[in-house]
Amino acid sequence: MIAEKIGLVRLSNVKWGQSARVESFNDEELSLKLLEMGCLPGVIVTIDQIAPLGCPVCIRFNNNNQLALRKSEADTITVTLL
Amino acid sequence: MKIALIGNPNSGKSSLFNQLTGLRQKVGNFPGVTVDKKSGQFKLSDNSVCTLIDFPGTYSIHPKSEDERVVLEVFTNPESIDYPDLAIIVADASNLKRSLLLFEQVSDLNIPTVVALNQLDTAQSKHITLNSSKLSRLLGVPVVEINARERIGIDGLKLAVAEQLRHKKTHQNLSFFSEESEVLADNIRKEFSMSNRYVALLQAIHSDKLTFLSLEKKQQLKEKMNGFNSQKFQSDEVISRYTDISETLKEVVIEEVAPPQTFSQKLDDILLHRTWGYLIFTAVLLLMFQAVFTLAEYPMDFIDSSFASMIELLKERLPESQLTNLLTDGLLAGIGGVVIFIPQIAFLFAFISILEESGYMARVVVLMDKLIRGFGLSGRSVVPLISGIGCAIPAIMAARTIGGWKERLITIMVTPLMSCAARLPIYTILIALVVPNKPVLGFFTTQGFALMGLYLIGFVFALLSSWVMSLLMKSSHRSIFVMELPTYQMPRWRSVLFTIYEKVLAFVWEAGKIIIAISIVLWVMASYGPGDSLQKAEDQIIAENVDLPEDKLENKIAAARLQNSYAGMFGKVIEPAIAPLGYDWKIGIALIASFAAREVFVGTISTIYSIGAEAGDKTIKARLRNERKPNGEPVFTVATSMSLLVFYVFAMMCMSTLAVVYRETKSWKWPLIQFVYMTALAYVSAWGVFQALS
Repeated sequence: MIAEKIGLVRLSNVKWGQSARVESFNDEELSLKLLEMGCLPGVIVTIDQIAPLGCPVCIRFNNNNQLALRKSEADTITVTLL
Repeated sequence: MKIALIGNPNSGKSSLFNQLTGLRQKVGNFPGVTVDKKSGQFKLSDNSVCTLIDFPGTYSIHPKSEDERVVLEVFTNPESIDYPDLAIIVADASNLKRSLLLFEQVSDLNIPTVVALNQLDTAQSKHITLNSSKLSRLLGVPVVEINARERIGIDGLKLAVAEQLRHKKTHQNLSFFSEESEVLADNIRKEFSMSNRYVALLQAIHSDKLTFLSLEKKQQLKEKMNGFNSQKFQSDEVISRYTDISETLKEVVIEEVAPPQTFSQKLDDILLHRTWGYLIFTAVLLLMFQAVFTLAEYPMDFIDSSFASMIELLKERLPESQLTNLLTDGLLAGIGGVVIFIPQIAFLFAFISILEESGYMARVVVLMDKLIRGFGLSGRSVVPLISGIGCAIPAIMAARTIGGWKERLITIMVTPLMSCAARLPIYTILIALVVPNKPVLGFFTTQGFALMGLYLIGFVFALLSSWVMSLLMKSSHRSIFVMELPTYQMPRWRSVLFTIYEKVLAFVWEAGKIIIAISIVLWVMASYGPGDSLQKAEDQIIAENVDLPEDKLENKIAAARLQNSYAGMFGKVIEPAIAPLGYDWKIGIALIASFAAREVFVGTISTIYSIGAEAGDKTIKARLRNERKPNGEPVFTVATSMSLLVFYVFAMMCMSTLAVVYRETKSWKWPLIQFVYMTALAYVSAWGVFQALS
C-alpha cells in the first residue's frame, strides 16, 4: 500500500499508547460529530485505553479530551503515526 | 424575561441551575417534543424576576439526537414561547475550546450571551491558566468566573446578566460562510423575511427536524437546498469556527505541559482493565443490591412496626365502626405499604446517581458496548438499562441519547424488563418469606444474592428479547457510538441528595395516590357483597361452629365474608386462569388490583390479609407467613412464592410506562407489542417455575 509507505494508517490500526496526527475523515456524518468534539485534522491523538474486548477504543487529544469510539468508527479516520 | 441555560454535557450546567433557582423548579415539556424542560425562577440584582430554562447538554447547534434537537427547535424559532432573551453559556474552563464552539453558534443567532466560566479548579489541576477579562474583551460579551459547586461567583453572574439585558453586546463571526452558502442563505432569509442569515440556513438544513415549520415551508426550503452539500457546509463551519477560537485562546490561555498521567487516567487503567474492569463492575452492582437489602432493613423494620402499632392504637381508641375499619385496614394499611419502601428506593437512587455523577457510568458503557452489541443493543443502552433499576419511565426517556432508531427502539422495548423500584417491595417480602437469611462472604447474605439473581434474570431476558427483536427488525439507520469520557470526579452530594429527594417524593406522591385510591376501592369491595350474601355467610359459619372460642370464630367469619364479597367474587372468577401458576383467589385479587401499577401488589395483599388476620400478626410479613389454605398448608410455599417472583420480574404491570413508550415511539403499536410479549413471558415462566418446584 502506497498510503502506508508515506506513514498514513487508519486510527483503528494504531496500537495502545501510540500517538498519531489526524489527517482526514472518510465518513461525512461521523466526521461532523468528531469535529464538533474538537477532534480536528492536525490534532495529535493518543490511544489511551482499549476496552477489554478490543473495542471500543478510547482516544485522548488536546491534553484533556477523552473520547470512546468503536473500532469500525476509528477505521474511518486516517492518521500519520508519530 | 426568559434566560436559557446551555452548555456541553458535563460542564456543570445542572449545578448552576440548582444554585440559581434553588428548589423553586418545575418540570414541564418543550412544545412539540417530549424532552423534559426544567425551569425555575431567579432574581437578578435589580430585583427583577427571570425565568431560567435548562436546555439539554449539547456540543453543537446541529443536533445528533432527540435531546439535542430541542436546542435547535427553540433557538431558531423566535416565535417559540421558550425563545430566550439571553443565553447563559456554561463553559468548562478545562475544555474551553469546545465550549466556545457552542458559544459562537448561539451568538450568531443574534441571541445575547453571557459566558459562565466554570470548573476553573479542574483547569488548574490540568495546569491550564486563563485570563477571563481578556477573554471577555476578545469575545465582546461578559465572561464571569464561577464555581457552580461551591456557589462562588453567582452574584457576579447575575450582575452580568442584568447588565447584558440592559445594553446588549453581541459577538458575531459569520466568516465561515462561503460565497455559495452566503448567497443561498440570503436568498432564503429574504424570501421568508427572516432577520438572520445563520437562522435561515439552519432552518433550511434541518427543516425535517423542526416541528414548527409547516409542511409547505419544509417543501419550499427543500427545493432551495437542492444541490447544496449541507454536510460539507457543517464540517467547514466547525473547522472555521475552531480556527477562529484557537486564535482567541492563544491570547488568553496558558497551558503548561500536563503531567504524564493524571489520576483519572490511572483510574481508567484499573476500571477498564480486561479482568479487573468486569470484576469491579460486578462488585459494584452486588454492593448496591446488598446495601438496598441490609442497610435499608433497619429503617424499614422501624416503619413497619410503627404503622402496626399506629393501627392498633387507632383501633383501640376509636369507636368500633365501618369508618374505623376503612381508616385502619383500608387506608393506613395501604399507606404503610408505600411508606415502608422509601428507604430502599432512596438507596437505589443514591447509587444510580453516584454512578452517573462520578463519571463511572460512561466507563460502564465502554465496558459493555461490545458485549451487548451482539444482542442488537448499543453500549449507550446501558444507561437506560441501569436507570431502569430505578424506574423505567426516566430510563426510557434516557434512551433518546441513542442516535440509531433501531437500537433506541429495542432499548425502549426491553428496558421495562429491568426490575424497577416498584418491584422491590414484592421481591423483598417474598424473598424474606422463602429464602433463609444466611451470611455469605462476610458482608453479603443469601437474601442479597437472591435479590441480585432476580435482577439478573430480568437483565438476561432483556438481552434475549432484544436479540429476538433485532432479528425481526430491519433498519437502514446507522448508529454513531462516539462518546465523551468525562474526567472522574467526586459526586456532588447536594445533587445526589436532591435526586433522592426528587425520586422519593415522586414515588410517594405518584404511587401513593394510586395505592391509596385502590386500597379504598379494594376495602369497599372486600367488605361488601351482592345483596345479603355476607350476612348469610356469617350466619352459616356461626351455625356450623357453635362451640368455637370467640376470637377464632371472628376470624372464620371474616374469612367467609371476604370470600363472599365483591373482591372475593373477582378473585374466584380468575382463579382457574392462575391456579396453574400456584395462586389462590386472594392472590388473584392482588394481581387484578396491581394490573395498572405493580406497586399496588404489596399494599393490596396487606389490605386483604389484614381482613380476618390473627390478632398477633401485626406486620405484613407475619400475616403472609401464617396464611393457610383450607387444608392447613401454608399459601406462600416456595413454589408459589418463586412463581410470583418470576411473574413480577416479567409482567408489564405499569400503565405509566406504556404511556411513556407511546409518547417516545409516537405509536400505540410498540406499547401494545411490549404489553403482550411481557405478559406472555410472565405467564409462561411463572407456570414453568411453579410446575418445576411443586
